[in-house]
Amino acid sequence: MPKPLVKSGAEIDGYTIGECVHAGGMATLWTVTHPGIDVPLLMKIPRVSEGEDPAAIVSFEMEMMILPRLAGPHVPTCFGTGDFAHQAYAVIERIPGTTLYKRLPDLPLPYEEARQQVAKIATALADLHRQNVIHHDIKPSSIMFRDSGEAVLIDYGLSHHDHLPDLLQAEFRLPYGTAPYMAPERLLGVRDDPRSDLFSLGVLLYFFTTGERPFGEGETLRAMRRRLWRDPYPPRSLRADYPPWLQEVVLRCIEIDPAWRYPTASQLAFDLSHPDQVKLTTRSERMKRDPLSVAWRRRFNQGVMQPRAKADVAAQIASSPILAVALDTVEGAPELNEALRVTTERILATLPSARLACVNVLKLNRIAIDKTLDEQGSNKHIDRLVALRHWATPLKLDESRLSVHVLEAVDPAAALLEFAEVNQVDHLIIGARQGSFRRTLLGSVSAKVASEAACTVTVVRPPRMAAAKPGAGVVWG
Amino acid sequence: MLLAVFSDIHGNRQAFEACLKLARAKGAERFVLLGDFVGYGADPEWVVDTAMELVAQGAVAVRGNHDEAVNSTTETMNNEAQIAIEWTRGRLDVAQRRFLAELPMLVDETERLYVHSEASSPQRWHYVRTTADAAKSLISTPAHVTFCGHIHRPALYSMSVTAKMTGLVPKTDVSVPLLRGRQWLAVLGSVGQPRDGDPSAAFVLFDTVSCEITYCRAPYDIETAASRIRENGLPPWLADRLSQGR
Repeated sequence: MPKPLVKSGAEIDGYTIGECVHAGGMATLWTVTHPGIDVPLLMKIPRVSEGEDPAAIVSFEMEMMILPRLAGPHVPTCFGTGDFAHQAYAVIERIPGTTLYKRLPDLPLPYEEARQQVAKIATALADLHRQNVIHHDIKPSSIMFRDSGEAVLIDYGLSHHDHLPDLLQAEFRLPYGTAPYMAPERLLGVRDDPRSDLFSLGVLLYFFTTGERPFGEGETLRAMRRRLWRDPYPPRSLRADYPPWLQEVVLRCIEIDPAWRYPTASQLAFDLSHPDQVKLTTRSERMKRDPLSVAWRRRFNQGVMQPRAKADVAAQIASSPILAVALDTVEGAPELNEALRVTTERILATLPSARLACVNVLKLNRIAIDKTLDEQGSNKHIDRLVALRHWATPLKLDESRLSVHVLEAVDPAAALLEFAEVNQVDHLIIGARQGSFRRTLLGSVSAKVASEAACTVTVVRPPRMAAAKPGAGVVWG
Repeated sequence: MLLAVFSDIHGNRQAFEACLKLARAKGAERFVLLGDFVGYGADPEWVVDTAMELVAQGAVAVRGNHDEAVNSTTETMNNEAQIAIEWTRGRLDVAQRRFLAELPMLVDETERLYVHSEASSPQRWHYVRTTADAAKSLISTPAHVTFCGHIHRPALYSMSVTAKMTGLVPKTDVSVPLLRGRQWLAVLGSVGQPRDGDPSAAFVLFDTVSCEITYCRAPYDIETAASRIRENGLPPWLADRLSQGR
């Protein structure tokens, strides 16, 4: 293998090397320029000389395969790669600013700041998982933020791509990664469960809100294996003012069994974006760790963590979507709301991990100042929340799978579209407004939503009425 | 250059036609045929004639165990395969049989090696079922990529410089970069008798510049292929299994 020829001023495949900005254990980072590319660039060059860690080569191979296949605002754009036959490198967009690692001296962060940041990271993870990639090294130094606010995940050297060979799986008998953040199943050799990233993010959230690492800093296998049976101190036992909903979220992320965590990063992001809707369970009430007798039972009865069949990342995410149903609880025809419930029920029946957001738009007057109270003096907003819950009751959904939202907006379609976008809704169910007069006057909300939404939209109509002859003046939808 | 690689056509004209059409539409410039042109299917003449034409135009072809069995009575097979091969023997003319008899066991293009079963002992027709089988093939050649078929189930194996093995069941239509600095064994699914649960015809595209491999599937007229098998009095299971992909 040729020696690296990298020095300031040298040229590799048209890239002119600038300065070395980082020299890590596995790779060095250089600023580079290329005629025709006007964004700031970084060239990552692996350490491959003799005596270096062989992991550096394999993890760089993984990055070279994965980086060019990623897209979107949550990953650094990849401009080119060079292979080990000549000079191995990857050229990526240089994200301005620093990683979250720089925030460590400020810990613990205010709850609100941590909530917002981790919600953004969860959104970024959801985007990554949708691209069939599990990051496997979520920690403060792998996370940056764009000026526009989006979290960017960097460093894919330990990642798993569900459609590509996992070169790391074969290479190392011991799990490779950052000890404090590593999910318990990783210690058992599982590399294909996207919920491992949710565990790491939960560790980060715990650390950022308490200032303590939930599983310590132990790097020995023995120290790491403790997390397979020993639960951490509940955050509320460390900080008296710790919000119960936040403890609920954190402890759910760091559950030992992946099945007890959030099914997807989108669902975690959803809870972090709607803290008032987080369903509180006994997790939120815990003030101390499980008694030793319980921990020992886990330690010596690790049946739940036995090897299992290979998971398919895409299939798992697809089975846990976020559904939203748009309801008009005030003016909507009862038969339409019933039809919406029947359709929603059928969709939920096939998706046991899906969660449902029931959404109603409180239309604001464009000119006059709106009163929160209606003519009878009751609070419109609260009335509608109650009505939404009432509508959802027959669905018999577990509270942790259901949320209700009233959006206040001038343009209902735009509000629904924005809700779907921000909350990463996978499937929106909406009723078609009936009656030609109103529809002509107001335009069709469902038509606008169906044509402009980025997600799947189901437009529901009540069962056909025998009296409604085609062309008899009734316009549906 | 974009290579289209086909294996285990097994006399299935409809499947081979669909694969050739799809590969050409995707821009394939050169064809590689990994053997088992005949056996099981009802159109061995058409398939062999087409292979002969492609080879005359520069395609690479190697010999499979069924191709060998046409010309040798010592090759032992299971009952249905044996019935099919005896039927096939009566269908092929001298030129077609000579074409099959003269096919090489493997073709080595330095960077790439083409063989029907695996590279360590091609004449023994071993199946690549595990990473250990794949490792045996990979250590016997310095080629960057070895292409083989024979087992009728797609798989992709890789061996690092330290002889660590990785295996993958490739996803259809997802390109995988075959990194330099390690060796790869691309096991193809079958054109004419898929056995991985997907009844559509399998083949592979390989870009020799970017070193990216893409496993492809071509839907084809299974009904016709199956009824041709039945019409010709071949064992009915050979027709039935086509729609099940096993």
